[in-house]
Amino acid sequence: MDRNDWINLAYLVGAVGFALSLKWMSSAPTARRGIFAGEIAFVIAIVATLAHEGFNNTGYVLIAIALAIGTLIGIPMGLKVPMTAMPQRIALSHAFGALAASLVGAAHYLLDWQHLGKFEIAVLGIEMILGALVFTGSLMAAGKLHEILRQRPVVFPGQQMVNLALIVVAVAMVIVLMFQPDATYLIWPILGVSLVFGVMLIIPIGGADMPTVIALLNSYAGLSAAALGIVLDNKLLIVAGALDGMSGLILSIIMCRAMNRSFSNVLFGAFGQDQTGGGEESEMGTYRSASFDEAGELLKMARNVVIVPGYGMAVAQAQHKVAELTEALEKEGIDVRFAIHPVAGRMPGHMNVLLAEANIPYDKLLDMDEINSEFPQVDAVIVLGANDVVNPAARHNKNSPIYGMPILNVDQAQTIFVVKRSMRPGFAGIENELFFNEKTLMVFGDAKEVVGELTTEVSGQRDAISI
Amino acid sequence: MSNEVIITSLFIFALSGFLGLEVIRRVPKLLHTPLMALTNALSAISLVASLYILGTTDETYAQIMGFVAVVCSTINAVGGFLITDKMLRMFKRREPAKSLPQHEVSE
Repeated sequence: MDRNDWINLAYLVGAVGFALSLKWMSSAPTARRGIFAGEIAFVIAIVATLAHEGFNNTGYVLIAIALAIGTLIGIPMGLKVPMTAMPQRIALSHAFGALAASLVGAAHYLLDWQHLGKFEIAVLGIEMILGALVFTGSLMAAGKLHEILRQRPVVFPGQQMVNLALIVVAVAMVIVLMFQPDATYLIWPILGVSLVFGVMLIIPIGGADMPTVIALLNSYAGLSAAALGIVLDNKLLIVAGALDGMSGLILSIIMCRAMNRSFSNVLFGAFGQDQTGGGEESEMGTYRSASFDEAGELLKMARNVVIVPGYGMAVAQAQHKVAELTEALEKEGIDVRFAIHPVAGRMPGHMNVLLAEANIPYDKLLDMDEINSEFPQVDAVIVLGANDVVNPAARHNKNSPIYGMPILNVDQAQTIFVVKRSMRPGFAGIENELFFNEKTLMVFGDAKEVVGELTTEVSGQRDAISI
Repeated sequence: MSNEVIITSLFIFALSGFLGLEVIRRVPKLLHTPLMALTNALSAISLVASLYILGTTDETYAQIMGFVAVVCSTINAVGGFLITDKMLRMFKRREPAKSLPQHEVSE
């Protein structure tokens, strides 16, 4: 066994560690063990890499500096970012990963193009295109999520033709490179065009579609890492990239199913733009509203309450107030649970993380499939910042843009409280039948404020308001 | 690179994909956000490629590219593991008996 064999054995240990790490994520009690396994595997792989022959002294110095800078930035990015900012935090990390992958791919080509075969150049080309588009695409997504950029979709005539042209040009340049490897300058236009393509891919996508898009970018980032692994003959990188790519793919399929839409519809559909003809608000009828004390009294009479959180709860940062309301209701002997739609919020699992942050035990958090059959036995539902995922039109109105999307059947509960700022339609601009249901009571106001008021009413402590 | 090496790599890619499919679809929806954070940290293992380039090259342009890549991957690895752990620490089961805090203080 020479040195390289030992390094590859260390990579094998790393790959097993990564597989175990993901396996232990299958349940909350074992999940933290999974992180530990991942960390150990990671460190083993890094140490083995540094044992490679051919490292020079300048290299070691530069590596030490780069590792130190990365660690110094990484620690606050791991510990200081609030849970409400998690979607943009994840998008940002996709951007970093993709930037690293595309830079390494390009550097490898420039250093070693004399030794690369056609297949390797093709894979490297795909790697650079994916890496560059994920880099700008994720930055755009993070910008939209952080509301530095407008969340509304931006569309213009011929958009899809422009996008198609960009990707065709990038692929064409890779093909030229395969037959003329010495045209190394082509690397820069390939990266440049792909960077522009990443921006173009995200501008027509609205906030409500972000869960799918983030998962899809995750998948591309993984594929790009795996492609890099194939070109560099680094088996650990292939395994890690394939696992990451598959994870992103599975999540995006789950998100698409939860919205009853296809990938191409999410990527090119520009949700929220094409339903101007639906102005039938007048046919919806009238709605009823309730004051805080009316809602509080009604809640106290319930035996069980289900809270349906949505993006509105995240925006208002109302999760801690929700925990207080839960506690107040439970003190009155009322059973409280949470119904979580797969696409609630801006990324997969967004609501679960926020509620966990507020110390709500995870056995109270139920998936759509777990709770949907129970709604007829539920006395009161509180819809908090969710909209489309509770719109009964998805079940029966064939003209609705959300027709066919699986929803939480909250309209089957005995009483439904909808907490909302006003009667304005939600992000997708779709009227919600639920608001006009005779069992529905609208409670107007900011989610955080309303939940705080309801808590005061339920616990009967009028003077305990802190806002 | 010989065809044999490439085919071995494609083998590994295909089988890892299936491994990922089987393992990841068992992850509950509850943990999907930590899952994304964790896979992101794991794929920062592209750090091994960046380290190799940065450590072995004498070309200034490759040193710059490798340096930026090492910094980015390290941020993802360190930040990714830390944030996943931070999230998972928050997921708790219903506490068995947390009532009567006043009495606990006096004891």
